[in-house]
Amino acid sequence: MRLRLWLCLVLAVTASPLQAAERLNVVASFSILGDLVRQIGGDSVNLTTLVGANSDVHVYTPTPADAKTVADARVLVINGLGLEGWLPRLLQSSGSKAQTVVATAGIVPLKLGSDADPHAWQSVANAKIYVANIRDALMSADPADAEIFRARTNRYLDELDALDAEVREAIAKIPPERRRVISTHDAFGYFAAAYGIAFIAPLGVSTESEPSARDIAKIIAQVRSAKIPAVFLENISDDRLVGRIAAETGATLGGTLFSDSLTSEKGDAPTYIAMVRHNIKALTGALGR
Amino acid sequence: MLHDALIAPFTDFAFMRRALAAVIALALGGGPIGVFLMLRRMSLVGDAMAHAILPGAAIGFLLSGLNLLAMTAGGLIAGFAVALLAGLVSRGTGLKEDASLATFYLTSLALGVTIVSVKGTNVDLLHVLFGNILALDDQTLLLVAINATITLLVLAVIYRPLVVESVDPLFLRTVSRAGAPAHLAFLALIVVNLVSGFQALGTLLAVGLMILPASIARFWSRDITPMICIAVPTAVLSGYAGLVLSFQTRIPSGPAIILVAAALYGFSVLFGSVGGLVRQLFPARHLEA
Repeated sequence: MRLRLWLCLVLAVTASPLQAAERLNVVASFSILGDLVRQIGGDSVNLTTLVGANSDVHVYTPTPADAKTVADARVLVINGLGLEGWLPRLLQSSGSKAQTVVATAGIVPLKLGSDADPHAWQSVANAKIYVANIRDALMSADPADAEIFRARTNRYLDELDALDAEVREAIAKIPPERRRVISTHDAFGYFAAAYGIAFIAPLGVSTESEPSARDIAKIIAQVRSAKIPAVFLENISDDRLVGRIAAETGATLGGTLFSDSLTSEKGDAPTYIAMVRHNIKALTGALGR
Repeated sequence: MLHDALIAPFTDFAFMRRALAAVIALALGGGPIGVFLMLRRMSLVGDAMAHAILPGAAIGFLLSGLNLLAMTAGGLIAGFAVALLAGLVSRGTGLKEDASLATFYLTSLALGVTIVSVKGTNVDLLHVLFGNILALDDQTLLLVAINATITLLVLAVIYRPLVVESVDPLFLRTVSRAGAPAHLAFLALIVVNLVSGFQALGTLLAVGLMILPASIARFWSRDITPMICIAVPTAVLSGYAGLVLSFQTRIPSGPAIILVAAALYGFSVLFGSVGGLVRQLFPARHLEA
């Protein structure tokens, strides 16, 4: 009896990929890439996102289910630049034969200390490179749907161009001397470089390290002397420290910025475009006064 | 010069004053509890409890998201349940307190991990739940203060039975029935102190400021009351010196405070008047009548 149950289970597991074979199996490493793939692939791909909404891609621990997902994938879209440190081992252990697409290919990385800064998607110009890379990979993996992908991509690139113009217009309204904020980690380097807003981070690159009293004192002194107008929180890290800094310096608490992760459907930033819009609204709201 | 090093950090920065106030409150509540824990050979209970609260925090997280109040309430309930069940089992059966506590906390931890992974989220709950002494808002500061007050009041009520039971439980059983209620009240105090300590200050500090001063006091006195009178100022001193150290050197505050306490412990092991190594090598002359 038990043997028969096992047999059924094994059959069910091995049979399921066959049924989904018509649609291209694509795996994206985290929620923002997932959204970009969805915009291009639409219903023609079968998309799975490994690190979902509101989760931290830096410190993710893969599950056995992830290994299975990766093993079944035809195309694997990753950010690269050292963001998914846990991925190479997952790829190896799952025995996946998926074609790996590095979405940041062709982007000149900024430096964070001695390492490359992986948060390239924060500049809309870079997101267009991401989109082009993903399009090329999908077209070569599934030539039958190539025209669909191309059409969807062109439409989406137009939307991104409009978004870029929107961001520049919004920033132009902020007085230059007020274009400075504090945020919880260095996720906005590309945004800062592209749009000219200075981000000062209390903790350095990683969300892991614990600050000393001296670090906090230095930031508070900096906010006071440079008259930095606003302090921002992030959706995936502990906000108490930033809250304390705001309370002590009289800087505005500017709300939440989304850096490494989208929110769920009901949240403020379910897609990449919504995320950029939300961030720019929060920034102009706090700095524009 | 000396003023700059020792006092200026606290007059210049409100977060340092808050940290100091929290350390003093923690010392007042945790000092006596630590002494009793040590005398009852339960010094490692604190670490066990840090894991026992996970399922409560996870359920709080499931019900209301990243809400500290809900997660703390859940943690308190889980902590109480584990402490009370362990207490009841060891009272009712022959199983030793540490063994039954270990059983319950491991079960609790397993339950917590299960709940967290069923939800499939990737936010490190304990990381979020455990606070930082440099980031205290009014609410948490008040929580620590209320907590110290309750602890001292309850200890005043159960002091006699608790002392007698720590020294000679059989005697207490023959003369009074206060033993079991006093023991359970004491377990409840441990949970309250630890959970609010975790939330405000992090695991290391909450447990460390309870246990280290008690072990230090053991080297300077044989009686419970003087031991408590030594443990509390020792904890305050470690807290103050640790904060100054963290301010001057860049060592994170929690570890800095515990390292100062550890240095005091090392000194006490060598030079303590009760059982210190040096005192054993060169005993004082016996008094003669």
